[in-house]
Amino acid sequence: MDGAFQSGGATHVMRRFLLPLVPLALLGILLVVITRWGPADALRGDGYPPVERLNFQRVTLEPGFIVASVLNDGPDTVTIAQVQIDDAFWTFTADTGLSLGHLGRTELRIPYPWVHGEAHIVKVLTSTGTAFEHEIAVAVETPTPNARFLGIFTLIGLYVGVIPVAIGLLWFPFLTRLSTRTMDFLLALTVGLLAFLLVDGASEGLEAAGLLPGSFQGVVLFVLAAAAAYLMLEGVGSWLRSRGRNKAEGRAGWLLAIMIAVGIGLHNFGEGLAIGSAFALGEAALGTLLIVGFTLHNTTEGLAIVAPLARDRRQPSVMELVRLGLIGGVPTIAGAWVGGFVYSPVWSVLFLALGVGAIAQVVGQIVRHMSHEGSTARMLATPPVLAGLLAGFAVMYVTGMLVG
Amino acid sequence: MQATGLASLAGSLGMVKRLSGQGIPAAHGSAHLAHESHAMGTMGRTAPDGFNASTFLTAWNFSDLSPDERSKFYRETPRPDGSVLREYEIFATDREIEIAPGIFFPAWTYNGQVPGPTIRATEGDRLRVTFRNLGTHPHSMHFHGWHAPEMDGALTGQEVHPGETFVYEFDADPFGLHLYHCHTVPLKRHIHKGLYGAFIIDPRSTTGVRPPAQELVMVMNAFDTTFDSENEVYAVNTVANAYMHEPIRVTVGQRVRMYLVNVTEFDPINSLHLHAVFFDVFRTGTSLTPSESTDTIMLCQGERAILETTFRYPGDFMFHAHQSEFAELGWMGLFRAEAPRT
Repeated sequence: MDGAFQSGGATHVMRRFLLPLVPLALLGILLVVITRWGPADALRGDGYPPVERLNFQRVTLEPGFIVASVLNDGPDTVTIAQVQIDDAFWTFTADTGLSLGHLGRTELRIPYPWVHGEAHIVKVLTSTGTAFEHEIAVAVETPTPNARFLGIFTLIGLYVGVIPVAIGLLWFPFLTRLSTRTMDFLLALTVGLLAFLLVDGASEGLEAAGLLPGSFQGVVLFVLAAAAAYLMLEGVGSWLRSRGRNKAEGRAGWLLAIMIAVGIGLHNFGEGLAIGSAFALGEAALGTLLIVGFTLHNTTEGLAIVAPLARDRRQPSVMELVRLGLIGGVPTIAGAWVGGFVYSPVWSVLFLALGVGAIAQVVGQIVRHMSHEGSTARMLATPPVLAGLLAGFAVMYVTGMLVG
Repeated sequence: MQATGLASLAGSLGMVKRLSGQGIPAAHGSAHLAHESHAMGTMGRTAPDGFNASTFLTAWNFSDLSPDERSKFYRETPRPDGSVLREYEIFATDREIEIAPGIFFPAWTYNGQVPGPTIRATEGDRLRVTFRNLGTHPHSMHFHGWHAPEMDGALTGQEVHPGETFVYEFDADPFGLHLYHCHTVPLKRHIHKGLYGAFIIDPRSTTGVRPPAQELVMVMNAFDTTFDSENEVYAVNTVANAYMHEPIRVTVGQRVRMYLVNVTEFDPINSLHLHAVFFDVFRTGTSLTPSESTDTIMLCQGERAILETTFRYPGDFMFHAHQSEFAELGWMGLFRAEAPRT
């Protein structure tokens, strides 16, 4: 066989390039056959009703108007026939027509005198009389990107992300005076905190993924985005390490701090997204308790960022601390903006996944950092580490209760 | 408490002001007819070749068909005693009907329409209804009125299977406003899918005479398009808001008689309220003396009443179910009273 391949040079090249094309050509022919002569119709049988799916992408409220963006998530064409608001037929306009093909979307503008603070039900009836419903739990005007709301979201981001992280960083001078055993406890505490965020982010992300239209394959999207974030940070981390190998001792702790800040920053972006969108959708009339909860909850994130620095006994400059704080906290503001103004559930899933991947990578880093080439299992089983892990988890759990 | 209440009241007042400032009228322009500036109601119109709710109002014994066509479904033969033998050809068939613009309901119908053809006879007439089931499920015709049990269409074994035929034969009695409907189980499904119609028996001359009037058949019905035992669309004569777009024309000073039947499934009652007008009520139409004068009448499923009134003023008069929910889900229309031609 080998001989045959090597004999004719031209034939060899031909085969090499043509062989992979053969399955592709066959696939093309198959697709043409399916679309032209459609065995799908035969498989479906006679008179089967179409599969209709309609997904509410985003419902916003303007003075005197309900605006609903809907997506056909099903395989068959869906034709929107009528709209009912609170069990009343209502007139509407649709920006891209009423007949939606697979993944087609349209925006319905409904001139409805909605009532501030009350609930409304938007129901779309298709040509077959199938009804798709969306509940507006609490009707409040949807913020438009103006200075006032930009300010509000920035403030939310500051309260929830930047300030708590900065406060957490201020523990640094205290941390540097601790013994090695206490430092192990603190790093383990960090791991506990992060592990909590990992589980929390994963459960939120998977929940959001479940709400996505089937075509978006939310769970796959979540898992792959998380894996991508993990691997990317792993790559970035090793690149940074190789660059900084010649530099001063204590570099490892600094790098780890940056990586943790990045992971927490991504997580906070997802958190900001969730808060901003909840605020925009009127689902969270951001109570004081919620703000307090997030503030306490996120202060611990600052602690997590500086813990590896303290262990290395390296004194970072104030600017370096500020930089870490910004990396970890500022994304909350950006997240709140995006969530408030252009929210779509896909973004939520995507960023929660990135946060989860990043945090998983950081947890791995810290654990490796702590075990110093020794056995990870043995390191984790030491009393200060065990206590730290549990304490970290407990702190997050208790402060998490405040944000429900 | 008080302060908060006032504050929120002020807030909502502000909202109302804003709404009237930049809300509905601006979006719609001013070129439309007055009633179209209402944001509430169905969008668009049903296809002109489908069921015509306006034609249905004044059609009985297939009077809406050409004489040739009509003879295939309806024949009158005088009998020696002065009464009439009325023979009907009714068939059940599955058909999609447009119940609101763009919404197609997979109905079970008598003669392809919902409500089925209105059957009208005079007290003492003989009715012979040949019923053919061209549908996909067993069906029957169950008439309200005096008849022998074997003509009931409801007892076990009386369902007519697909492809089969049954002849219902009975005398028209008592005079009044009745109905007919399929009585095959599951009953709810067979009725809400569309198998019902009005059955009018006029009093014979020896009993008395109803004065001449413009007569209208109005069947209150509803459709559960999602099959969850709750109606999505309500109407009088099937098409949601049909008479909002095409008002029922009446003449000022001329008597109007409404044959109102309620067949609405799932909801215990339905009602009719006519604006700015009072009407006489003849419950079940079995008396020539009105039992009450009102502007709102409530009927349970299967109940019916003859309503008589004379419009005093020209103009548009809204009528609708006085359950606001039904009204906003399609059961709302207009009478347009015009001055008599001179």
